[in-house]
Amino acid sequence: MHEFRVQVGPAAFRIGSRWRQPVEQLAALYADYPKPEIPDFTVRLDAPSLLRRFLRKSVAINGDFMLPDAVPLPFGQALLAAEMGMNLQMALGWRRHLLLHASAVEREGRALIMTGASGSGKSTLSALLGQRGWRFMGDEFVLLDLDSGAATPFPRMISLKNEAIAAMQVAAPAARFGPLMTATPKGDIMHMVPPVAAITRMAESAQPALLLFPSFGHLPAVREVAPGENFMRMTQASTNYVALGEAGFRAMTRFVKSVPARAIDYQTGDEAIALVERLWERLV
Amino acid sequence: MVAPTKYYIAEPADQLWVEPLDAITLIYQRRSGITHMVVEPVPEILTAMGVDAVTAAALVAKLSDQFDLGTDEDAEAVVTARLEELAELGLVHRTQCDA
Repeated sequence: MHEFRVQVGPAAFRIGSRWRQPVEQLAALYADYPKPEIPDFTVRLDAPSLLRRFLRKSVAINGDFMLPDAVPLPFGQALLAAEMGMNLQMALGWRRHLLLHASAVEREGRALIMTGASGSGKSTLSALLGQRGWRFMGDEFVLLDLDSGAATPFPRMISLKNEAIAAMQVAAPAARFGPLMTATPKGDIMHMVPPVAAITRMAESAQPALLLFPSFGHLPAVREVAPGENFMRMTQASTNYVALGEAGFRAMTRFVKSVPARAIDYQTGDEAIALVERLWERLV
Repeated sequence: MVAPTKYYIAEPADQLWVEPLDAITLIYQRRSGITHMVVEPVPEILTAMGVDAVTAAALVAKLSDQFDLGTDEDAEAVVTARLEELAELGLVHRTQCDA
């Protein structure tokens, strides 16, 4: 097994791989990240069978926490397999924070959190804002401190999908990108290394100040989301709310009661950023 | 034979964390770890029940000060229906003993 270690925010990962290439790709993309001594989680990229180690190679995602019916990915998508494996460990195993499936950026010590279904644009928006004066905190998980309610960054590789790939190559020409993976279960995917401040400041948390539910592909509009609806949506967006019990309830109710929430519709990245800046100015 | 009068007793208050948000009130039940999302008049029913076993009719008498519940018969049917739902959720418990 080849091995790679990386610290992303508060979580430390060890990734073992049957093959050298995925580990080399990960090491190149995560070159600026700390390397932990003691991992919280282990992910293993292995062949689903002896035959698939060599012939039509494919990658099964194993680890401390696994989905029993996960389908192996083609070998060319090993980076995606590593990303999925790391996400799975967090989603199923992390208990130190209330975990929200959301992206986040920070300005002046306060966090803007964005959540929504796949394709809503939460990941792309966080990456775009990260190029426009905001500190990128993460595009997949936001970790809320159970006592203080502060958002802790989880700035893993930004996972760009489909049209967002070309858009970010234009918006961030100096950024480092991984290989293009085509025809994955989520379409085309390319990883992008977050801006350097996202990595050097990944231990700095920020108090949530605004929550947005972006929705791509509609005429620009803003709608207030009341705390009750917000609670319903956020419990669906949290993978460990139930497991945390009363601590999760306390953290979630504080979050929905204290953070203003808006649903925003938009058709272009520039439109979304203008909306975000306007709402931030007005509500924060 | 006359059916015995049904009494209901609320889950002890220290087992419930009640958090009003807007139209929705959240009730976190410590014993089960389940979060319930309820609307009026459920929080009011639980508050009015207090710590004693009560009948639907007695609850109607308490609640009619706060709410326009219509005729006594309608009100009792509505409150009984809510109490039965709450019993299914484990937020109140059915008892047939006089308290």
